Amino acid sequence: MLTLLAFQLINGAIVGIFYGLMALGLSLILNLTRVINLAHGGFLVIGAYLAYTLYPFLGFWGALLAAPILTAVVGILIESSIVRRLYHRDPLDSLLLTFGLALVFEEAIRMIYGTLGMPFHVPDVLMKSLLPGTGFFFITKYRIFLIVTALVCGLLLYLFMARTRVGIHMRAAVLDSETLSALGTNVSRLYTLSFGIGTLVAGLAGVLAAGQLGLTPTMGNNLIMPSFVAIIIGGVGSLLGSFVGGLLIGICSGLAGQFAPAAGEFAIYFLLALTLVIRPRGLFGQEGFLE
Amino acid sequence: MAESEYQGRLKAIPLLKSGLPSLGIKGDILIFILLLFLPQLLKAVGSYQSMATFVVVWGLIAMGFNFLLGYTGALSFGHAAFLGIGAYGAGLTIKFLVPNTLLAVLIGTLAGTIAAALLGTLITRLRGIYFSMLTIAFGQMFYFIAFEWRTVTGGDDGLRGFARQPIHLGPLSIDLLHNELAFYYFTLVLFLIAVMLMRRIISSPLGRTFLALRENERRARFLGISVERYLWLSFVISAVFTSLGGALLGLLINFADPTMLYWTTSGQIVMMAFLGGTRNFYGPLLGAGIFKILQDFLSSITPNWMIFLGGLFIIFVLFFPRGVAGFLSRRRS
Repeated sequence: MLTLLAFQLINGAIVGIFYGLMALGLSLILNLTRVINLAHGGFLVIGAYLAYTLYPFLGFWGALLAAPILTAVVGILIESSIVRRLYHRDPLDSLLLTFGLALVFEEAIRMIYGTLGMPFHVPDVLMKSLLPGTGFFFITKYRIFLIVTALVCGLLLYLFMARTRVGIHMRAAVLDSETLSALGTNVSRLYTLSFGIGTLVAGLAGVLAAGQLGLTPTMGNNLIMPSFVAIIIGGVGSLLGSFVGGLLIGICSGLAGQFAPAAGEFAIYFLLALTLVIRPRGLFGQEGFLE
Repeated sequence: MAESEYQGRLKAIPLLKSGLPSLGIKGDILIFILLLFLPQLLKAVGSYQSMATFVVVWGLIAMGFNFLLGYTGALSFGHAAFLGIGAYGAGLTIKFLVPNTLLAVLIGTLAGTIAAALLGTLITRLRGIYFSMLTIAFGQMFYFIAFEWRTVTGGDDGLRGFARQPIHLGPLSIDLLHNELAFYYFTLVLFLIAVMLMRRIISSPLGRTFLALRENERRARFLGISVERYLWLSFVISAVFTSLGGALLGLLINFADPTMLYWTTSGQIVMMAFLGGTRNFYGPLLGAGIFKILQDFLSSITPNWMIFLGGLFIIFVLFFPRGVAGFLSRRRS
């Protein structure tokens, strides 16, 4: 009984980690630039397939390090060339742009790598169980590694936003980019940076997901919606909220799935509806951010 | 200013009448004639007759979507849910209830409308980009229901085993199933009725209220307009048209599947409206035509047609944000 519960909990936490990471990246881009990046799933896929491509040359650890960075490079290139032109326009336009990008990404990956799924090799040392011989054999080291990596990533991001000058500027830009610009900060570079960090996190999530689930061109599509839910539940405008929201819905849906497979996903929508009725701005959301 | 001058000003701005530069009655007649002969026209340029039905059906879907976006200023990225509910509603009616085409269309539309009415109460609690995010989320919820509820919807395999039924008008019986042209004109009649209805709403004081929401929500609220209530109403009205289109689509292909409700299908609807022009009444119809015909043409050339359509879309967003219709009307003025 306890084993089953722990199993569902760990599984839910893993899924929640991915939701949280994606929501984190999305939220970062959203808060600063007001762009709903529908191509975020695409960046995850790019990260995963880049890791796959780099694996023969750099191995697992090299790919883990390089792929997210390269994904961020792609993100920055796209932001500075295309997305930037739409900041002064209707927010609808950038939403449509990222949707177009999402389509292009998916099809491009399909053209280069084919439609079939591919496996991604994780070092054997990670695939071993952490507690062999016990009932908790399913807790592989890779899963722990996943959780730890995501938490470290979240912590680094927090430190960046809270302690570094650039991070503080970014937080200021969320609140009032005009004044910040008037005070002499290059706000458009902050926008680019937010895109870069956001896509970096997406790329990282992609590499981690590849190790867990293997590679398919559509692996990012199913994460978009829960990420949005995570952002809304966690709180509009809050980075911590987005991550916590992701973990929350991951764990809740994992636990709910214990009763019926379909109940797991439905739990997400239930939580969303609950949030909207009780506290529309979300857990950590600030009043008046609903624009 | 003098009364006559004021009246003159009013006449000079067709904007006030229907919210956007309208082609007037001449444009309506032109489009009517075009639609009347669309199957024949398409066949002449190398396409096939029933493509016309696809264009009209998707045009209706996109125009329903655009009622919310172009006239009320709210972007719903989950409108495929109503498309799908309409399709499943129609299919289920014929399969399990009464094999009657009109009833199927009615029930499909009603189902979508009710879903929108219920959903609208929740999603109008947030605004702006968060409203759009909610539409994605709840759109996926309906996808999920269609996917999981195997016993009713057939799940992943989709809903099969139904086909559009002939219409009996006394001694006359119109075979809609085998006579594709007859089904086209059936669809066209419903389309025209829907479009006329939409026109009436838009040019009424209610339509004016929706425009006010689009232009400046805060000001509308200061004027005493209950923003949530009217947003909800616009949402429901737009769902009526989209579900009607969805029901017709289901009957067109005699099939309904969960993909119809996926967020990428919602994206297609948005693309159609956008390609044609969201600030133009018939824009989405034009966009649907462009999209469907391009899709048909490109997919016969390459399996990776989506990349070209996506690329084209990006170009449109960057350089032609008002869509084809918007571009054309700007050239004219």
